[in-house]
This record gives sequence, structure tokens and C-alpha cells, in this order.
Amino acid sequence: MKSSRRGFLKITGATAVGLGSMQVAGSFASSGTDDSVATKTSKNSAALTAKHWAMVIDTRKFHSAEDLEPMIEACDKAHNIPKHDDKNHEIKWLWKDEFKHVFPTIDDTYLNDRIKHLPFLVLCNHCEEPACCRACPTQATFKRDDGIVLMDFHRCIGCRFCMAACPYGSRSFNFKDPRPAIKHMNPEFPTRMMGVVEKCNFCAERLAVGKMPACVEASKGAILFGDLKDSESNVRKALKENYTIRRKLQLGASPAVYYIV
Amino acid sequence: MLELSIKGSKKYYGLLTILAGIAGIGVLFFLYQLKEGLGITGMTRDVSWGFYIANFTYLVGVAAGGVMVVLPYYLHDYKAFGKITILGEFLAIGAIVMCLTFVLVDLGQPMRILNVWIYPSPNSVLFYDTIVLFGYLVLNLVIGWNVLQAERNGTHYQKWLKPVIILSIPWAISIHTVTAFLFCGLPGRGFWLTAVLAPRFLASAFAAGPSLLILLCLLLKKFTKFDPGKEQIQTLSKIVCYAIIINVFFFLCEVFVAFYSNIPEHMDHITYLFMGLHGHGVLVPWMWASAIFMLTGIILLVVPALRRNETTLIIACVVIIVGTWIDKGLGMISGGFVPNPLHHVSEYVPTFPEIVITLGIYAIGALAITVLFKMAVSVKEEVGSA
Repeated sequence: MKSSRRGFLKITGATAVGLGSMQVAGSFASSGTDDSVATKTSKNSAALTAKHWAMVIDTRKFHSAEDLEPMIEACDKAHNIPKHDDKNHEIKWLWKDEFKHVFPTIDDTYLNDRIKHLPFLVLCNHCEEPACCRACPTQATFKRDDGIVLMDFHRCIGCRFCMAACPYGSRSFNFKDPRPAIKHMNPEFPTRMMGVVEKCNFCAERLAVGKMPACVEASKGAILFGDLKDSESNVRKALKENYTIRRKLQLGASPAVYYIV
Repeated sequence: MLELSIKGSKKYYGLLTILAGIAGIGVLFFLYQLKEGLGITGMTRDVSWGFYIANFTYLVGVAAGGVMVVLPYYLHDYKAFGKITILGEFLAIGAIVMCLTFVLVDLGQPMRILNVWIYPSPNSVLFYDTIVLFGYLVLNLVIGWNVLQAERNGTHYQKWLKPVIILSIPWAISIHTVTAFLFCGLPGRGFWLTAVLAPRFLASAFAAGPSLLILLCLLLKKFTKFDPGKEQIQTLSKIVCYAIIINVFFFLCEVFVAFYSNIPEHMDHITYLFMGLHGHGVLVPWMWASAIFMLTGIILLVVPALRRNETTLIIACVVIIVGTWIDKGLGMISGGFVPNPLHHVSEYVPTFPEIVITLGIYAIGALAITVLFKMAVSVKEEVGSA
């Protein structure tokens, strides 16, 4: 409420100045205290912030599909992800697949044995140039200043243009009501309604209260999460010390998820 | 003028009743879809667009095809088409009505459709598509109505209408270009990622639209006093002939680029459609049927004697309509989604409710076209230009 009032005051204030009415402008100038109040309530001081959030997945620390389960489960629980029986209607935020599917363009016949059989974690890449945001006709999906690509479930019209646009298959559509298919309800995260698209949100809701993403927390150090623009950050250190790959780099989307192989 | 559409024979009312009945059943199934969600369709996480968007794409072509009678008449003063331009415009109106309905039923949250205009997004092609489609609908309503009214009054249409008519010509090209841009600007879909997609869409549109118009003209000739004229039908059939040949040529260009370059992302989809991929090939017989249909159409239209024969001309139009519909309606959309970005193959087949809703929308379009054509023919009978 406060922030919208503040916006309203700014607009009316500017209009008043435009009209050259000094008296009105002056009276609004004194309402500057409103600004400070609004600023204080808009951001949690404990919130984790970055110029550009990025993830580094150290696949050397995983050996089997079981190793990935805790992370996927943590994500599913945190975000009220439904479990539909029909595979065609699946909702997937964080899931696993083989190298040849995650990296179809660099798959090789004589691939290293470990990588060939290793399950890889797959999620939204939070691209620097997200094709989904370009395609969305309502700005229901958008990129935040800190690089996180988010969904507004209330604005989405369910046209699925973003799903066609995403070159990574990272988006899911609610073909049916998800609520009856949610096993563990987490009251701290909204459930979705039928007919809208959803995907991984880099745990924006957890970052806002000072927590690391659910999968990162459950990974016991195998997944790093940090600021790509901070040369001292954990992710930059990992990128400096290890050879990493990203998915379908030739498409120019520039994913924010890196894999150490 | 609208009163002309309610003064009709028993046959006319019979047709309207049947179409309204089919549309009504479609509406009932749509209500079921509203309640249960798009899960009742054959669409999946991997093939997230299906029959609705495919038919939408096809009908945008039919709508754009109307320009093939408007352009020669108004730009080249080809007088013979004066008799049937109104039919081309009214066909376009019916097609656009179907297009917009298909977009609506394809939405997960159709009641939020106005968000497209409440939050205009200049970076989204879909935003532009809604604008050009609505614009084309309005243009054709204004033009068709006023030209027909003038004909009825025995006067020349208003002066201000001419620039509007001229505008409608590039506008027709734009609706199918923008619709192609929905697909061909997406980075991860090798099948659509080709600059020839919009031209190919237009070529198939200029084959399918006029083919349908020929059939409708012949139907009118059979059941009403309206005679579209031999020359008109023959000129239309030549237009169809060129367009379908160009369409096949563009497709062969695609095949060459994909297979000579040997790039998997571009080859996989064509392979899936015509040969099957990893043991999946539900569309293979359809795609070959489409190819055979289009080639048959070309033969029937290229040979002058066959083109002039009404029976073989009708066969040519039917195979071209079916062939281009399979190509665009079945192959174009599914083909782009299979294999998916992670190179999994999951196939799409429309479900029964999905097909009923689709037929319902076609009935709505047919209903609109029937009423509009009735009006046009009645005016022509009235002024003695039938």
C-alpha cells in the first residue's frame, strides 16, 4: 500500500511542478518522510542480494540418481510442486536427465564413461538473454535486475509461447488443477492454479528472507550459488579454478547455470 | 443489408441449423475444457501447442489468401474479379473469426486474454499478431460492407474507401508474416528457425485460400443464381497453380539446406515427419499423403485441359486444401516440437474433445461465411449482377 501511495505522490507531484504551481509542489515536497518509510518496508535487511545470481553445479560430487534426490525433493517441497500420474502433464522445476539429453549439441559417441552414465541436474538457466521473456505477450515472465527470471502466475494467460521459446525445455504448464496432486503443502509458497506456466525461480522467495536456494542447501556443497559480477564470490572462484560448460551456448541466451564436469 | 441474411430458403435455414448445432456441441466441449483444463487435449509438456494453434495457422493463411482476388482487381484493375472480390473479403472475415476463436480456446486462462492489451509487450510477436489479426478483421468488415452497400445502391463506393482497400493488401501479407514470425524467431526449434518460413506460409496460403474460394464459387453457382464466371475461376486456378508450385519449391529448399548441411537440429524434425525418429512416426503416412496430394494438385493444374475441366479442377482444389492442411495443420506444429529441446521424442495426437472443439470452431466460421455470402449473393440477385 505504502509503495503505491508513494508512486502516486511522485506522479501527482511531478504533474504539479509541470503545471508550475509552486505551492502544491512545496506541500508535496514535505511529504518526503513517506519515502523513507516506504523504503524501509520494501526490503528485508536480511535479504541476500547480488548483481547477477549464478549457479555452479559440481557434477563430480554426484555418482548416481540417488545422490540427486535430496535436492529435487527439497525443491518439490519448497514450491508445492504437484506429482501428476500422467507423464505428459508433469510439472518440473528441478529434475535429472542424461548428458546426451542435457547437452545434445556436445554429446559424443565415445564419451567418458563416468559422464555418459551420470545423471545431470536440469533447471531453468535464468538466461542473460531469455527467449521466454521476449516471447511473453503480457510480461508475465520477466527478468529481474539481479538476473533471476520470474513468473507472475496471476498475469499469465497460459498461451505457452514461453514454452515454445525456451530452448532448454525448462517450463511446465498446468494442464490440470495442481492442488489435489500436491503431497506436502508448504504454506510459505503459493500454489498455482490450472492453466498457467511455471518454472524454477532460483528460490527468489528464500533469497528475500536471507536463505540460500533449497537445492543449494540440500546439496552439501555440490551446488554453489553466488554473484557472477563479484570477482571474489564463490561462483567466480569455482569458475576460475575449474573447466565448466553451459547448455547450448551457440544460441546466445547465455545461461547462468554452469556445470563442472 | 443484414436483413437479406434472414430471408432465405428452407435449405439455407437447414444449413444454418446444422452449423449452429455443430458449433453448439463444440461450445459444450469447450465448457468441459474450461472446467478440466487443457489436460483433456493431446497436448503435453513436450508438444505444448497442438491442433488449435495448427488450425489457427492454417486459417490465417486462408484469410490472407483472400488478397489474391482483391489485389488483381484493385491494383491491376483486372475487372473480371470485380464480381468475386466481395467473396474473397467475406471468406477472410470468416477465417479471421475462426483464427481468433482458436487462439482463445488454446489459452490456459482465456478470461485473462485482455492482459495482452492491458500490458502491451512490444517485444512479443503474439502481441503484434493480435493487432494485425484484429486490424484485418476490421478492414475487411469495413471494406466488404461498404462496397456491397454501394453495389446495392447502384453507386460507386465512397472515395475514402480506396486507400483503406489499398492498405488491406499489404495488411493481408502482414498477418501471415507475423504469424510465421511467432515460430521462426524461436532459438531452440530448428524446424521453424528458417527465413523461408514466412514466404512458405504465404505460398501455401495463396494456394489454399483461392482453392477454397473456387470451391465456394462453384457451390454458389450450383445452389444460387450467382454465376462467378468462367474466366474468374480459370484465373483463380492459375493463381493456385503458381502458389502451390512455389510452396513445394520452398519446402524442397528446406530439405536441401537441412540435409546437405547435415546439421542434426535441422534434419531431425524433417526425418521425424517423413521417416520417423527413434521408432516414433505417427505422422509419416500423413506427411507422404500430403506430398502426394500437393503433387497431384500441381499436375491437375499445370495441364491446361485438366485445369479447364470442372471435375478435375474440383479434385485439384480438394487435394490442395487437404495437402496444405496436413502440411501446416499436422506437420508444421508437431514437427517443430518433436524431438523436444532435450532430444526426447514424445508424439502428439489430438484427442476426441479437442477435435470436437475444433470442428465447432470450423462450424462457427462456416456459419459466418454462409450468412455473409447469402448477403452478397442476395444483393447481386437484387441488382441483377448475379
